[in-house]
Amino acid sequence: MSVNMNTDEAVVLASARGAFDQDWRKVANWGLICAFALIFVSLTDMPDKLDKRVIVEPLLSMGYLSLIWIPIALGNLVTREVVLEGMTQHKKGVRELVAGLSVGAIGGAGLALLIWLLDTRDLSDPLVNWNDALLEVLSFGEGVGYGAIFWILASAGLGLAGGALHVLPTTANRLLFAISLTIVLAASLESALDDISEGFRLEWLFEALFEKKGGLSVQGAIILAVFAIAWVLVLGGQAKRGRAAVTARRELSPTKVNTVGLAIIAVAAVVLPMFLGRLTNDLFTNVGLFLLLALGLNIVVGLAGILDLGYVAFFAVGGYTAAIMTSPTSPGLSPELPWWVAIFVVVFMAIVAGLFIGAPVIRMRGDYLAIVTLGFGEIIRLTVRSDWASGFTGGAQGILSIPGADIVGVATVKGTDPQQVLYLVIGFVAIAIYVSWRLENSRIGRAWMAVREDESVAEAMGINTVNSKLQAFVVGAILASFSGAIFAAKVGSVFESSFKILVSIVILVIVIVGGMGRIAGVAAGALVLVGILGGPNQPGLLAEFSEFKLLIYGALLIWMMLKRPEGLIPNVRRSRELHQEEFLQDAWLKAQANDDDDEAASGEVAPA
Amino acid sequence: MTTAMRSKAAPRTGVDWFLTFLRVLLTGLVLFGLLAFLWQQIDPGNPLASAINPDANRLSWDAFQGLVISGLSQGAMYGLIALGYSMVYGVLGFINFAHGEVFMVGAMTGMITSNKLFEAGVWEDNFLLAILIAVLVSVLCSTVTAVVTERIAYRPLRGSPRLIPLITSIGVSFFIQNTSAVLLGPGAKSYPRLPDWLRDDIGIGPFDIEGKKLLVLVVAGASMGALWYLVERTKTGKAMRAVAEDKEIASLMGIDVDRTIVTTFAVGGAMAGVAGILWGILFGSVTEFTGFLPGIKAFSAAVVGGIGNLGGAMAGGLTLGSSESLAPQLVLEPLGVTGHTQLKDAVAFLVLIFVLLVKPTGLFGERLSSEDRA
Repeated sequence: MSVNMNTDEAVVLASARGAFDQDWRKVANWGLICAFALIFVSLTDMPDKLDKRVIVEPLLSMGYLSLIWIPIALGNLVTREVVLEGMTQHKKGVRELVAGLSVGAIGGAGLALLIWLLDTRDLSDPLVNWNDALLEVLSFGEGVGYGAIFWILASAGLGLAGGALHVLPTTANRLLFAISLTIVLAASLESALDDISEGFRLEWLFEALFEKKGGLSVQGAIILAVFAIAWVLVLGGQAKRGRAAVTARRELSPTKVNTVGLAIIAVAAVVLPMFLGRLTNDLFTNVGLFLLLALGLNIVVGLAGILDLGYVAFFAVGGYTAAIMTSPTSPGLSPELPWWVAIFVVVFMAIVAGLFIGAPVIRMRGDYLAIVTLGFGEIIRLTVRSDWASGFTGGAQGILSIPGADIVGVATVKGTDPQQVLYLVIGFVAIAIYVSWRLENSRIGRAWMAVREDESVAEAMGINTVNSKLQAFVVGAILASFSGAIFAAKVGSVFESSFKILVSIVILVIVIVGGMGRIAGVAAGALVLVGILGGPNQPGLLAEFSEFKLLIYGALLIWMMLKRPEGLIPNVRRSRELHQEEFLQDAWLKAQANDDDDEAASGEVAPA
Repeated sequence: MTTAMRSKAAPRTGVDWFLTFLRVLLTGLVLFGLLAFLWQQIDPGNPLASAINPDANRLSWDAFQGLVISGLSQGAMYGLIALGYSMVYGVLGFINFAHGEVFMVGAMTGMITSNKLFEAGVWEDNFLLAILIAVLVSVLCSTVTAVVTERIAYRPLRGSPRLIPLITSIGVSFFIQNTSAVLLGPGAKSYPRLPDWLRDDIGIGPFDIEGKKLLVLVVAGASMGALWYLVERTKTGKAMRAVAEDKEIASLMGIDVDRTIVTTFAVGGAMAGVAGILWGILFGSVTEFTGFLPGIKAFSAAVVGGIGNLGGAMAGGLTLGSSESLAPQLVLEPLGVTGHTQLKDAVAFLVLIFVLLVKPTGLFGERLSSEDRA
């Protein structure tokens, strides 16, 4: 069932149904979901804790945004229909508005109930966020009655707006989406934009858009909105046509790359760090480290289809090997090699670790493999921490005073200088991207994809499945160990607490949200998730979210798996495989519709 | 398993040799460690024992039985959680990674209820009534969590490639964990103090068992018995077994497959709830991460016992629990590993790897549906 909304394909439009011709049970269900979601988000204390993060001063903060998107989204989803090709589709009208309004109103009533309970009961014993601050934020300090009525009305209005998205023409939908995305994105990127504008001497632009105390100013929001509208109306069509052309070319010859785009990215990668401030350089370094890890995991999970949950083990191997080899204070072994020599040892150790962990698990069923690799990840971390290995790894004290990375004859990268580290990371990311791209389109890459889709068939085709899986494991391990080695040089110390299972899961989320098996997708995933929300121990741009980011990661992972398992920027081949059944069904329906037409036509002809 | 058959027929590759080497190495190390343990039991000063481990020390009978009993009581909990993994794997063929979190929900709600009861005075006046209420509440909450998870996250994914529900369940696990941290606050929360008779030792034959450990063993045994009755002797159980064998044919026989799957999740959730409250009684505190390691270890227990096999899950739990409690003292210490108790969790994973290397179908054989056996 492909969702062909907003496409130009011909669909038979039946007349609009009556406003009260609703599936009331469904509406009530969605309304209850809306109420539950609003109460849940309130109790996580997002409205209160994120209130300081202003989007548009003084209209909207991230705190209120965490509530208002819920009625809009659910008011829209309640009447969303799966449209099958060749099937009758009803015209949208007042019915959709009524449904959205009802869902929003029920949700608002739920929130009003919460406000009343916050005022009268004290449940702060198990629920830590049950306090007056939350009540204050929810009722705007104007009293319980005001807050309750406000939220019922506001939520109903937002639900109505969500329903109205069905009725509005496609262009208006696209405009609204572009405007809200631009404003929210600009507000999220505020500190980065501040930093960048300083580098490019564009402070005047930044000051025109943002208030001094944080958040977009009203005029800034309007400027951005106009910009977004212009972008969609003027450039939208061209961009779409351009992308279509690129996709078409890629279908014909998949190895060809968009040279112009690549050149722009390359120039930006070389030039941009010079203009960036400390904060953005550091941020991009974190993004780059996780991108390196994600590119490695992308080969293992995305191409070869091996779900490795202990991927952090290789990150740890890289980090600890580099630390032991370079740090003068590492206990036990301390050769004090220069970093560029140590990196060869790191690669060697990564290969050994990849083979050692890979060989026992490679024959296992996919899900057993996941758990066993996770077990290996924990074993490595626990061993590194234990007294037994502390002669080499420093145990819980870790290894300190790791000198920066020096590359013979080229440069010495001090860990304390984010700009130099960023260049180092960019260099390694470039290598990783090149390797991934070449491998993907090589004989090995095709073997990996064959193994991913069907191991028995791949074996029948003459692929040595064990060897090709091991190769994927080792390549992934090497990329992760690079990231670990740079991480050690950047931070200047390694502790076992940086290598928890959590890191593996976050990398997995990056790969899946971005788009498994597609380099651009993985890059987008790393940029959005690590850059904006932050990595497991690294703060992102939205530092206020640090308490909630793991919650959001979890929710995002579930959502993506349910609704878009191919990721934000999908790999064409993989998404086709994931939706194969739907493609077949569409084709079947189309054929049916054609048959009906033929029969109708012949039926008309016969009597005449 | 076809893989096993294939490796017999096909010529041995480098990987096979490596695996054989690993099997021999691990078995050898375990045997050697046990031998060294025997040497030092006979005489800690004997030259062989002290050559391997300079600090060789005799393990007293009291310490040994303490290790066995705490291993068994912890293993009984692993077994109870493992039942949920095993049943869901039997029916749907995927690892419900979030099952450990269902257990954590049980422990958390148990903590909240028992603290409320403690404040009301019931906990001290009538402990059995209080613990009964707490068990009921936490079983209810875990069951609801398991069923809701199935409805939201797993049902829409029925029939998709096997790794997709697994990844989804990782997301669910992450979500529940952090929900608990955000709603209830992060960090450890303690259960109220247990009455004295649960803290004293009770003598049974040659063993002195701490009251709470005995309680854990008894409750786990009783729950296991109830589950066995449900699965083997009732109509619902028959439906569950039928669905595990073949979903399509079961539905042709008039079994409501969706409902049976929900029942499976509910029963697994209830067992995890019982395990959760037992965890609270045994260790006295719970954090949002309580579910993670025990969850993975319970899965290991299910694999060790043979996944899909309910008796095997319980036996696997007891095996895993006692080996993780005994192995550091019996194998690692005689081998001269310092700080051996820090490696307790690593031992649990090593047991899993060892079993999968030596006998991938588990100690008691798998019972899987025909689709999964291929």
